[in-house]
Amino acid sequence: MSRAGIVRALIFFGLLTALPFAVTEHWIVNLGVFTLIYAGLASAWNLVGGLAGYPSLGHAAFFGAGAYAEAIYFQHRDVGANGLLPFFALPVIGAGVAVLGLAVGWIAMRTRSDVFAIVTITLLFVAQTLAFNLNSLTGGSQGIGLPGAPFDVDSYERPFYLVLVLLLAVSMGITWAALHSGAGLSLQAVAADEERARGIGVHVTGVKLLAFAVSVGIAGMIGAVWAYYVTFIYPQFAVDPLITIGMVLMAYLGGRGTLWGPVLGAFILVPAQQYLAYQYGATQLYLIAYAAVFLLIMLLLPRGILPSVGHLTQRRRVVMGRASAEPDQDAATTGVGADGGVMVR
Amino acid sequence: MHTVIQALILGVLTGGVYALMASGQTIIFGVMKVVNLAQGALVIAGAYLSYSLFTSFGLDPFLSILITTPALFGVGAGLQWLFLRPLREEDRAELSLLVTFAVALGIEGVLSVTYKTTYRTIQAGYADRSFSVGGYQISAVRLYAFLLSAALLGLLYLVLERTKFGRAIRATVQNPESARLLGVNARVVAAAGFGIGAATAAAAGSVYGLLYSFNSGSHYDLISRLLSIVVLGGLGSIGSSIVGALVMGVVAALVAALGPPIWSDFSFFIVLLAVLLLRPRGLFGASLRGAL
Amino acid sequence: MTTLLEVERLTKRFGGVTAVDDCSFAVEQGTITGLIGPNGSGKTTVFNLITGYLRADSGRILFAGRPLTRSDQAALYRAGLSRTFQQARIFPRLCALDNLIVAAGHSWRSLFARRRGRDDSDRARALLAEFGLAAHAEHPAGELSYGQRKLLEFASVLMSEPKLVLLDEPTAGVNPTLVETMERHIRRRHAAGFSFLIVEHDMNLVMRLCDPVIVLDRGTRIAAGPPDAVRADPAVLDAYLGQ
Repeated sequence: MSRAGIVRALIFFGLLTALPFAVTEHWIVNLGVFTLIYAGLASAWNLVGGLAGYPSLGHAAFFGAGAYAEAIYFQHRDVGANGLLPFFALPVIGAGVAVLGLAVGWIAMRTRSDVFAIVTITLLFVAQTLAFNLNSLTGGSQGIGLPGAPFDVDSYERPFYLVLVLLLAVSMGITWAALHSGAGLSLQAVAADEERARGIGVHVTGVKLLAFAVSVGIAGMIGAVWAYYVTFIYPQFAVDPLITIGMVLMAYLGGRGTLWGPVLGAFILVPAQQYLAYQYGATQLYLIAYAAVFLLIMLLLPRGILPSVGHLTQRRRVVMGRASAEPDQDAATTGVGADGGVMVR
Repeated sequence: MHTVIQALILGVLTGGVYALMASGQTIIFGVMKVVNLAQGALVIAGAYLSYSLFTSFGLDPFLSILITTPALFGVGAGLQWLFLRPLREEDRAELSLLVTFAVALGIEGVLSVTYKTTYRTIQAGYADRSFSVGGYQISAVRLYAFLLSAALLGLLYLVLERTKFGRAIRATVQNPESARLLGVNARVVAAAGFGIGAATAAAAGSVYGLLYSFNSGSHYDLISRLLSIVVLGGLGSIGSSIVGALVMGVVAALVAALGPPIWSDFSFFIVLLAVLLLRPRGLFGASLRGAL
Repeated sequence: MTTLLEVERLTKRFGGVTAVDDCSFAVEQGTITGLIGPNGSGKTTVFNLITGYLRADSGRILFAGRPLTRSDQAALYRAGLSRTFQQARIFPRLCALDNLIVAAGHSWRSLFARRRGRDDSDRARALLAEFGLAAHAEHPAGELSYGQRKLLEFASVLMSEPKLVLLDEPTAGVNPTLVETMERHIRRRHAAGFSFLIVEHDMNLVMRLCDPVIVLDRGTRIAAGPPDAVRADPAVLDAYLGQ
């Protein structure tokens, strides 16, 4: 990993981790929590939707699965003296959701990417219906509660925040590893021309499933943290299409298929969304806002911010007469190429 | 046995309505190779329009179709023109899915702001009437709905087979390159194709509003069913989507009659699963496997 | 001489059309075999059948003595059979170097290994240099010209050191200088031990380069042998002139 990349990551995570210690206003740290939730989700979604080119429109179902798993397990159990037990449950939940993802992916990914999108939407709807109807398990529309965390009231959000920083780091770490390994190359080949990828020996099904399972596993873990954070979950919020839409939009805004794109998208949109909610209140309005932003991005900036910026700087270099054979050093380490494809040193 | 046949009748009647909605989807896919994720939202929009016309002017939903269909035709063509046409060729396959999804959300947003989220339904006077044929009950509304769908599908067939415009559409579906060379204006066909798809949604919306209660969020359920139908039929021709719709309708009705009602809601998903596992190409269509 | 590929009584129908009709031929190791025939003779269909893009209605195909049962293209590739496409399919968003590396062969271990392993990287760079594409190593392949893409595609299928390379019209739509370049590369590889099966329309190229030459007409084989014999075969002349 290039020095610039390491420095960038260190600064980013350093600042992130410092925030809840430096700032005490609850609403800021709370905003941070939700930004991190979406950054992690967008980054995880990116593995399947960005790298592999399979736009999953049902990731919220796995987020909800993780949330319900955590809620159901801890509903009547002790969260431990220091309240950390639900966090220790995360790897188990992640693994469980990943296995579920393997099963679902194996069926859903037998088709082309647009039919895959269809299947995932349907999956989301089915998951929501299940959440509403399996009363004995999920409490149905009454929801499920977890014990509140015994954290210090003044810094209540901090532990959640820090765990989410960790999950984001995991997600980005996996993305980075994918981009720099044979797996990422295989995934990008699959995204570009799946049939040909198969023809040159790529383990197409294998990498697709791997990406899908890891992606939903991370989403599940984030869902579990969210459940513990809000302490009471309802099916329409745990398995909410808006969650999927949010993470997809953020990945697209920042630049899907890149390392930092989804994170950038989240850091732009979540505060914006919270601001709009604060100013205007109604959920319905920001459904329209989401749709509008989505459409604007598709039409004006289809590659997303990072790749488009990378493209511009690339162009400027050529125009200024610099050697065009050397891609932008920074761009390379963030995994951004001339037209949004990933070029890696 | 009686229950089974009763369920079959119900299934066919419901299937007919879904067939109308699915046909619009198939046309859009055929002409633009785009899976229109906003089809469900367009149906709901049609339902709301009919609802408004009914509650404000007492206009019967079957009649309001004369108004809503051209209205949504325009909306559909406009949506295509504004949001799909500008997509670059190489991006189209990947982005069109999300663009139509965004359109669906936008429609849902607009509807929920306009009508709030309370469930609505069109309570026509004849809503409770039913006919008794040979010992079997046939709800009047469902029968009229089915007849309307059949009539509109027939009309659609005539337009596609007998008019110059229809020929242009079919040519574009089969071979866009050749069609263009033969003078077919691809842009107009694309917009019109989408318009027709939206128009069928409007008509189906009137009926939907009569049969079910709905709100702005109902389009998820609807689009999931429509997509399952289209996958079952094979993304191929209108005929195959009609068959898919009828099969799906019958299966759902049978499951509702013979098992717990909740499974009926899932039946379309189970069918989808079965199709994907056993025959990804659907009943009639080309194989869905692989990138092409 | 061992038989690398054997096609036995292959048949493929599309609706009412029988594209490949009881077709049989063999490809020997160490040869550059040409596969020619007038339009519609089924050449590309046979290619697609051999490489698993289509499934035959009847007949069988043996590669290196073993019958190909399932149409598993990935397994075929790993067994040493690779092909190019008429339209020069490469991965446009990957850079040229990555296009080669991704074709180098995949094991489960390679998934988790470095994206650009030392060996693969070196070989890829050497190939790029050989094909005159070294300057484009880090550029997206989509920026290459058609001719350059054909070269890149050809180079990429060599990465896995296949036993048999199927070339689908390697010189279609390509300028004469590039035709020469292609021919040179094919000969060089042939000398290094690769075998080729080439579908071509360029008669001069085929007659110069290939031995034996197999002729298809209407889905079945009508002649096979050294280029001179085939050129003089009345059945072949008939097939072409009758078009």
